[in-house]
Amino acid sequence: MIALEGGFADVPVEASRAFRAVLEAMARPGRIEAVTGAQAPGLSVAASVVALTLIDGTTPVFLAEDVDSPALRQWLAFHTGAPVVARGAAMFALGGWAALGPLGAYAQGTPEYPDRSATLIVEVQRLENAGAKLTGPGIEREAWLNLPEVEAFLANRAQFPLGVDFIFCAGDRLAGLPRSTRVEG
Amino acid sequence: MSLAGLRQGKPEHAGHGEAGEQPHEVAADIHFAAPFSKENAGMDESVPGGAYNFAYLDEETKRMIRRAILKGIAIPGYQVPFASREMPMPYGWGTGGVQVSAACLTPDDSFKVIDQGADDTTNAVSIRKFFERTAGVETTERTAEATVIQTRHRIPETPLTEGQILVYQVPIPEPLRFLEPRETETRRMHALEDYGLMHVKLYEDIARHGEIATAYAYPVKVEGRYVMDPSPIPKFDNPKMEMAAIQLFGAGREQRIYAIPPYTRVVSLDFEDHPFVAGKAPHDCALCGASDTYLDEIITDDAGSRMYVCSDTDHCATRQEAAA
Ligand SMILES: [Zn+2]
Repeated sequence: MIALEGGFADVPVEASRAFRAVLEAMARPGRIEAVTGAQAPGLSVAASVVALTLIDGTTPVFLAEDVDSPALRQWLAFHTGAPVVARGAAMFALGGWAALGPLGAYAQGTPEYPDRSATLIVEVQRLENAGAKLTGPGIEREAWLNLPEVEAFLANRAQFPLGVDFIFCAGDRLAGLPRSTRVEG
Repeated sequence: MSLAGLRQGKPEHAGHGEAGEQPHEVAADIHFAAPFSKENAGMDESVPGGAYNFAYLDEETKRMIRRAILKGIAIPGYQVPFASREMPMPYGWGTGGVQVSAACLTPDDSFKVIDQGADDTTNAVSIRKFFERTAGVETTERTAEATVIQTRHRIPETPLTEGQILVYQVPIPEPLRFLEPRETETRRMHALEDYGLMHVKLYEDIARHGEIATAYAYPVKVEGRYVMDPSPIPKFDNPKMEMAAIQLFGAGREQRIYAIPPYTRVVSLDFEDHPFVAGKAPHDCALCGASDTYLDEIITDDAGSRMYVCSDTDHCATRQEAAA
């Protein structure tokens, strides 16, 4: 695949639909949304779509070693212009759960500016409403999502309003987990 | 009788942050023509046949706003700074709300705009036209049919549902601004959850008036953490903020975006011995008979006769149609 391929055909319209899917997912933890329109080398459709929707030359990106490749770097450079950086300097991170850690290495925001924190775009095998129980903003009573673990999300929630936010991606589906969500195993 | 005509004379509310910055019902329309020239409208050549980009803003700006919205959702009630852009309308026209709407709208949306409850004011009509022309969205006056609703100073009476987004135009996003003018200080107070000044202010209200006199922009605490300005909605609307829809707030001149996810706890500040009361005029609507809506007082003739009607024109019209 050459770098030019795998981007949105109609950028403003496809990005608008993709953003709404991400917004619904992040605003309603446990909600699984489907997206379409992008394919980066070695990434899921969902992670590719999220990258094109949110990442650009103003947002440094960390690539975990399980997804990092010359082809992906070329694709990101062509479609987003985002500089690839180390975890601590990244506004976004891309990769599988094990390769992305440790979470503490990412920007967590500051007490005055908790928004200055990283968003992790996490590749997972599948997404389903089972496993961990979620409560908190965006959830009427409770929701369920198969998270890769529980401990890390407890620690992340414990430092609210600081912390990082997550977008889980599997195939063409995605789910959000903001720092505000309370996770139980 | 033309309700729209009568509304021209509606007095401005005196909620905090309103003074001198809310042009309402001004005679002029927004002038679109000049800002939409290729040179200055952030044109995207990829838009088929378009002379400006989808939803007016360029893609980089929309991405920046979208990132701010997502951080706002992740930290309910916290004000996220963003680089507000010049819009082809003055600040008092809701440029913050317009930018948030521009970042959210897709061609599939049905878009509604209300200005103090009414769909037919100059401001509301202009913003609706703006997105009809720049985003090709359908527009509607029906709350139940809208997927994105931009509002100035009201929450619709019809309960909002999942799948809807309510975008507020915000003049002054900082609830502590009139108690502490320094941004560094208000940031520190939010960081430390130090809201003592706000409670002192409300308590002074009680000491002076026997009750909390704040009727608009009544401060709320979101999910037990951030104190937030709900924009100059009447406090009557405060209890509606715990809703199924996504609420986004945009302040253009002040360059802040904040958010309340669905089903988030939103508590109006009060005291044990002076609990929050949403309040309501002791009348029913003269047009639809509703006893549970927010009412506008309208002068009906030169002699000063007055009547009370729903501020939410769609809600009132829908009830009248149902009764007819
Ligand atoms: Zn009525």
